[in-house]
Amino acid sequence: MTAPDSNGTPMVRFENVTKSYGSFVVLDGLDLEFGAGEKVAIIGPSGSGKTTVLRMLMTLERINDGIIWLDGEPLTHMERDGQLVPANAAHLRRQRGKIGMVFQHFNLFPHMNAVQNCMEAPVTVLRMPKAEARARACELLEMVGLGDKFNHYPGQLSGGQQQRVAIARALAMRPKVMLFDEVTSALDPELIGEVLNVIRKLGSELDLTMLMVTHQMGFAKEFADRVCFFHSGKICEQGPPEQIFGAPENERTKQFLSAVLEAT
Amino acid sequence: MVWDWSYALSILPILAQASIVTIQATLLGFVLAATLGLLLAILRTSPLPIIAVPTGLVVEFIRSTPLLIQIFFLYFVFPEFGVTLDAFVAGVIALGVHYATYCSEVYRAGLEGVPRGQWEASTALNLSPFHTFRDVIIPQAIPPVIPALGNYFVALFKETPLLSAIAVMELMQRAKILGSQTFRYIEPITIAGAFFLVMSLIAAALIRYVERRIALRGIRP
Repeated sequence: MTAPDSNGTPMVRFENVTKSYGSFVVLDGLDLEFGAGEKVAIIGPSGSGKTTVLRMLMTLERINDGIIWLDGEPLTHMERDGQLVPANAAHLRRQRGKIGMVFQHFNLFPHMNAVQNCMEAPVTVLRMPKAEARARACELLEMVGLGDKFNHYPGQLSGGQQQRVAIARALAMRPKVMLFDEVTSALDPELIGEVLNVIRKLGSELDLTMLMVTHQMGFAKEFADRVCFFHSGKICEQGPPEQIFGAPENERTKQFLSAVLEAT
Repeated sequence: MVWDWSYALSILPILAQASIVTIQATLLGFVLAATLGLLLAILRTSPLPIIAVPTGLVVEFIRSTPLLIQIFFLYFVFPEFGVTLDAFVAGVIALGVHYATYCSEVYRAGLEGVPRGQWEASTALNLSPFHTFRDVIIPQAIPPVIPALGNYFVALFKETPLLSAIAVMELMQRAKILGSQTFRYIEPITIAGAFFLVMSLIAAALIRYVERRIALRGIRP
């Protein structure tokens, strides 16, 4: 079902991962793998736990049970005396550097301009010289089509432009895995295309594992190698987009897709 | 009792001299209050109860006891524990620490006002807690609370006469001494009061100016 890389080790592996808030179980014993370079679209109704998958991988949420592996090493845990124990802050920081995330509401730093947003983490975390970080920030902003907005503050940019700065900012840390959490959901319809175009470009030009939670079914169909349909904290059905969108087997998948397609 | 202009003019230089001490105590006290207050606010928002709870208790304790008693304590009681402070130093520390607890509440509101997404973006970019606070959170938390901090600045300034209780030669103490020497209180006390009025108004105007500057600079989505 998954597409392992040449070594056969998946880039990301969820092993029996459970997440609950109080008595409400968001994810129930999730087993899921993402191969290196794989592009996966995660779809499903709201409350199905799909965003939680990304947030746990970004270490924004703690898991209650199970283990997440990243790049052949445990992410949520670390090895000590031959045993796996919950990860400490240093281990999380080391592993987290391999992941970049783009949020629904951009979360740009409002008091920094586009270039500063993209320089902050490389300078403070990677200790990159400022000149180098600036050059790289400009290069990335050019890549996302914002070569003329270097000194603009988030408040001076449209939603689509802000989201493209956010993508450049995440790429500046040279992640191996990029997470896209409903990145077009907060955008006006006419701005969605420019953001999807940038994501398309990343997919073809960079060697990235890309996981995206999305409601853009057309884009998922065309872009993803694999589509995972979530329902009530479980994967209901997954497979190549042609299968999921063309010939879904699960009754819930059919219902969801027909409801979504009716709405658009 | 009639206002005596020649007497008033003759004591003006002496009071002006003393007002410098008042201004020094205010500025030093507020620098201490503003920095220590920020530190207290950050400690109080710590996810670790072992840090947040004791900090909260200290803040509540200091806020709930009179400044005058704290001044006396620092100046008269601390020497018994081997810590002898100059009256001016004791006064500045008392003012600074007392107002730090008020400022910390103001900062706390500012810190809580920063959207959660900013913390999450900082985590996603792998920023350390230090850089998250220094570069992301604090620059967004402070501008909205500048007016409230400004109020405490003026309040602290107006409380400096309390330092006369431990004989710091500030404006009020000087005015009192002049009064007791000549038995003419109306001129020195009036001049001292007028000085506070004028300086408070100037400070308030200054704060409004700073506020406007920050509003112009702070471009938010």
